[in-house]
Amino acid sequence: MAEAPASLDGLGYTLTSYDKVVGLARAHSLWPLPFATSCCGIEFMATMGSNYDLGRFGSERLSFSPRQADLLMVMGTIAKKMAPVLRQVYLQMAEPRWVLSVGACACSGGIFDTYSVLQGIDQVIPVDVYVPGCPPRPEQIIQGILQIQELVKNESLMRRKSEVYKELLNKYGIE
Amino acid sequence: MSKQEKKEATLLQNNTYLPEEKQYNTLNLGPTHPATHGIFQNVLKMDGEKIYSGEPTIGYIHRAFEKLAEHRPYYQITPITDRLNYCSSPINNMGWHITMERLLNIETPKKVDYMRVIIMELARIADHLICNSVLAVDTGALTGFLYIFQQREKIYEIYEEICGARLTTNIGRIGGFERDFNDITYKKIERFLQEFPEVLGEFERLVSRNRIFMDRTINVGAITAERALSYGFTGPNLRACGVDYDVRVFSSYSSYEDFDFIIPIGTNGDTYDRYCVRSTEMWESLKMIKYAMDNMPTGSHHADVPAFYLPPKLDVYNSMEALIWHFKIVMGEVDVPKGEIYSPVEGGNGELGFYLISDGGRLPYRLHFRRPCFIYYQAYPEMIQGQLLSDAIVTMSSLNVIAGELDA
Amino acid sequence: MSLTNEIVLKALIDQFGEHIKDPTEPYTMLTITIPASQNVPILSWLRDHRDFQFVFLTDLCGVHYPANGGLELAVIYHLHSFIHNYRMRIKAFVSSLNPEIPTITEIYASANWMERETYDFFGIRFKGHPQLKRILNMDDMNYFPMLKQYPLEDQLREDKEDKFFGR
Repeated sequence: MAEAPASLDGLGYTLTSYDKVVGLARAHSLWPLPFATSCCGIEFMATMGSNYDLGRFGSERLSFSPRQADLLMVMGTIAKKMAPVLRQVYLQMAEPRWVLSVGACACSGGIFDTYSVLQGIDQVIPVDVYVPGCPPRPEQIIQGILQIQELVKNESLMRRKSEVYKELLNKYGIE
Repeated sequence: MSKQEKKEATLLQNNTYLPEEKQYNTLNLGPTHPATHGIFQNVLKMDGEKIYSGEPTIGYIHRAFEKLAEHRPYYQITPITDRLNYCSSPINNMGWHITMERLLNIETPKKVDYMRVIIMELARIADHLICNSVLAVDTGALTGFLYIFQQREKIYEIYEEICGARLTTNIGRIGGFERDFNDITYKKIERFLQEFPEVLGEFERLVSRNRIFMDRTINVGAITAERALSYGFTGPNLRACGVDYDVRVFSSYSSYEDFDFIIPIGTNGDTYDRYCVRSTEMWESLKMIKYAMDNMPTGSHHADVPAFYLPPKLDVYNSMEALIWHFKIVMGEVDVPKGEIYSPVEGGNGELGFYLISDGGRLPYRLHFRRPCFIYYQAYPEMIQGQLLSDAIVTMSSLNVIAGELDA
Repeated sequence: MSLTNEIVLKALIDQFGEHIKDPTEPYTMLTITIPASQNVPILSWLRDHRDFQFVFLTDLCGVHYPANGGLELAVIYHLHSFIHNYRMRIKAFVSSLNPEIPTITEIYASANWMERETYDFFGIRFKGHPQLKRILNMDDMNYFPMLKQYPLEDQLREDKEDKFFGR
């Protein structure tokens, strides 16, 4: 059972810091962008279905437009032809944005060590959580989402303006 | 339009006129789009909502299967075939094993054939479930999708009991199966046979005679039988045009000739016919699974082919030949006789063919997959010409284009 | 009337004579070799033949045989006649120095993308094709990947060391 925040029982107010409240709100209402390319996309459809419902964790509203999404879930093989498209979708997302790489092909190229497959999406965009598997079970995908939620809850509000983050983006050639 | 303009306009196949080129605008139905299930791109030239022409671009998930297959021994190609049409991967696996058995002239016992039929028909149901429910989603009906995916979970449970994996199954061996179905599998299949007809009936009552669905899909994306044959259509898309071609009947494999099933055909070749053909095929598949369960023959669950079928562990530890065979099979060192063969099976989308050229070594010399999606997707610009944009979306869903099979 | 390999082979030899070479029957499918320049007459004759009616082109693919001097690239056609439930295979060889063969898009519309795929993988040019450009690989790729001399893996990747993968 998840615990309710302190202000919901008792006296109705709580003393906390701003970034904890914002982190809590963000974490439980992540709007994912399912960038589903291949077999992992079907496992994602099963995760969104009623048996392993992802909507319980706040990700009920899928956004196919990057401008309105928080979390880019890359599921499936990314070929070299698709890499510029992926990068453009990532650039169109507004801060704060997180990336979840689902499946062996998105993490590292998977079983396709060929001339046409990008060996991992972290060659083109920064990734926050990797979910291995071929395809990963829905429980694993949910575990990945929970880890993203932990990252989101504990993120400092100044992170996106910090030098470390700017350096990370510069490594990928993103301004 | 004035008489002058009408003369210069072009007449499209459904008797509408479109003005000349300079009035078109271009719309990119890009690789990332919620309604294209899979990644392929269409650049549409449109006049308002009407489509004049479309130019498809594919290859966004090209994983070089054919080159990869030239560098992998025969058993390591089975996981590659899984990822062709990943909604019904057992059919691809069985197709590959049947190709190898035809090349090596192995005759499988009847029990293996019936077990294969059960698995292939379950996979066909799974594939058609996705296509029909996603077609309903594209017309706006999300409820059916949620009910149907619950039943797909039941099919996944059956696969898990047999081979351990849900989606990309890698089921079976050359010559049969690694173990017989255990009792739990049979119980699960029987429970599926009892529960699934109710859910499918409920889905059909929601959708099949629904006024909105019928208005959205009748006369949308139609293609004539002659054009379909010229474009190389097979499977439910061709059967919806009226041609009763089914690989299970014409080039029968895996004892399908023992089974009594009808081949549903449509009349117009439009989206509604494709939906109805798939729906009827699901009911036929249920009948076939029930017949196979009721008449399951006794016998071994694999053929006697020590060069390709792993010997039991007890023999491996006690007998020298079994040890050698085990080593050779696992390391992929078994040589396959020289020859070339084309072996088709009826996949979820049509005739999935494997053209294998072997030069006598341990790896294939050339393996070419005849992928049905790749071949019939060429007809898509012709099918949507003169239709509205939302009709183009519905046509694409009803064709059941799976990106893994399109690009391979 | 059911078709057998003998009937079809005899009819082909009667019509085209010395163009039909090397008839074999691997796994009971009739396989013949024809010169590359004759593919359009032979295939359209087979399609329009009153009795045979090979209305369906099942498959079109390419194969690279680097050991065959002078005729390294092959284009393989698989035909199917629904009426008689009969399949056959036709091979046409071209040299890798000048790999040109006429297109059969006029005969079967499904050949369009299949020929583009064969061009993309092997570099075989189909004369008269309406849109012969790469279909599956990236447009700016400057080699034809399925030829035997090119490796499978991308040689520029840094994260996978060949010595760990047994290469």
